[in-house]
Amino acid sequence: MPTKKDDVYGDHISHKFNDELMELKTEFLKMGGMVEAQVENAIQALVDGDGHLADEIRANDKKVDKMEVEIDEEATLIIARRQPTARDLRLVISVIKMVADLERVGDEAKKIAKLAIKLQEEGQAPRGYVEVRHIGTHVLSMLHDALDAFARLDSEQALRIMKEDKRVDEEYQAAARTLLTFMMEDTRNISRCMSVMWVLRALERVGDHACNIAENVIFMVKGEDVRHTPVEEAEKVVGR
Amino acid sequence: MNTVNTTITSEVGQPEEAVVPISDEKPAETVIEEGKTVGKPFADDPKFKLRDVDVFYGDTRAIKKISLDIGRNEVIAFIGPSGCGKSTFLRCLNRMNDSIDICSVKGSLHLDDHDIYDPKRDVVELRARVGMVFQKPNPFPKSIYDNVAYGPRIHGLANRKSDLDEIVENSLRKAGLWEEVKDRLDANATGMSGGQQQRLCIARAIAVSPEVVLMDEPCSALDPIATAKVEELIAELSESYTIVIVTHSMQQAARVSHRTAYFHLGHLVEVNETNKVFTSPEHELTESYITGRFG
Repeated sequence: MPTKKDDVYGDHISHKFNDELMELKTEFLKMGGMVEAQVENAIQALVDGDGHLADEIRANDKKVDKMEVEIDEEATLIIARRQPTARDLRLVISVIKMVADLERVGDEAKKIAKLAIKLQEEGQAPRGYVEVRHIGTHVLSMLHDALDAFARLDSEQALRIMKEDKRVDEEYQAAARTLLTFMMEDTRNISRCMSVMWVLRALERVGDHACNIAENVIFMVKGEDVRHTPVEEAEKVVGR
Repeated sequence: MNTVNTTITSEVGQPEEAVVPISDEKPAETVIEEGKTVGKPFADDPKFKLRDVDVFYGDTRAIKKISLDIGRNEVIAFIGPSGCGKSTFLRCLNRMNDSIDICSVKGSLHLDDHDIYDPKRDVVELRARVGMVFQKPNPFPKSIYDNVAYGPRIHGLANRKSDLDEIVENSLRKAGLWEEVKDRLDANATGMSGGQQQRLCIARAIAVSPEVVLMDEPCSALDPIATAKVEELIAELSESYTIVIVTHSMQQAARVSHRTAYFHLGHLVEVNETNKVFTSPEHELTESYITGRFG
């Protein structure tokens, strides 16, 4: 149990309360790591046409779902037992919301795994995999950084992730256009390209969820809700 | 390895271990600037206007240059660790501190633009306007009826028995007690339950139609059901009265008050809307206290 004295959640009079908050934080990060690996493997399974790996991802998604339920339960118990306030309250509330985001990221990984199996079975020449790799790497680093920002309570890093999201959207649009040209070249490509399009869409959603996590980190640190506000507004909040 | 370490340490001039505990310590205690309160201590058209208030017990300075406005029909909660001065400050508002010989109050304290500490001021009249409910229910050893009728009688608020009956009934109704006691108004008040006694004391306080009700930990001796009833009552009373409540229960402050004032070692550190105080307080000390990091 990491009970570092200088951790902002580890200095309550009640040691039990410290432990509970630390445990919540640790479990969340554990789930984050799990989900990260799921996305990474899903991209790998697709690109390598690895059906076994894809099956593994689908099976692992159940573990991710289970963790979501467990963390929610832990958070609920903290609210019931401790009536947390201020930064403790913001941590618990944020974790409850971010866990839902992680679970959705897990679902996107599962979706990619399914498409990987489909594409492997169809067994044609790969199209759009460069884009998948590119956007995949990008959103994975966003997800990783979002979890890192959470672990270190770094609102500035969280802000950078919010800014990245726009770039992912642009990359997604560009990739979609490329796939469109493949489809126009030869109509036999359509089914396959549509599958890859779904993969790209799933990855773009992963970026959105990383962005949601980043917004929650800003709320945890600064106490202000920056959801549905322009990035400039978030910038002001973080600068305070 | 040992040799290398020794060399490095001696070059630096002090052993490495000496550095670690210092960096591991909590940051130095936050300095409180006297008379400086963060948040929103002031209001437009306040009921109480309190400026640079100092309270001394002999040579001990218990309240340090506190300035605060208390709004009309506002419920404001005073919170803070034991000995922070919240009760002392509350007692200034109707001069309850007068009874303590060594206690002296400095600064400007106004109720509706009238100086509370004006030497010519009638303290009995002041306390009729600013009623008080204490931590421990303290009914007079008299009948329920007489407890409530006591104030109106001595203040001459009722000329006829029927007027007095009406005041007693209204006060007991407002205190949410009427249905429970209407058939035994002649029974001795000391036979009531703790929660009923406390609501009786509230009925007694409001029987003289005060403008302000001060409550000094009104629920600390009550069970959760009685507490909930008193809190419900506070919400209803706030429609017609200004209420200042000192409480050790942070959840209670969060539930009943509009604004919360955090006291620390005689300073008023932060005053803000209660919603803000309990979700994202401005001052580090407020945060530490309400999240259970000290107190």
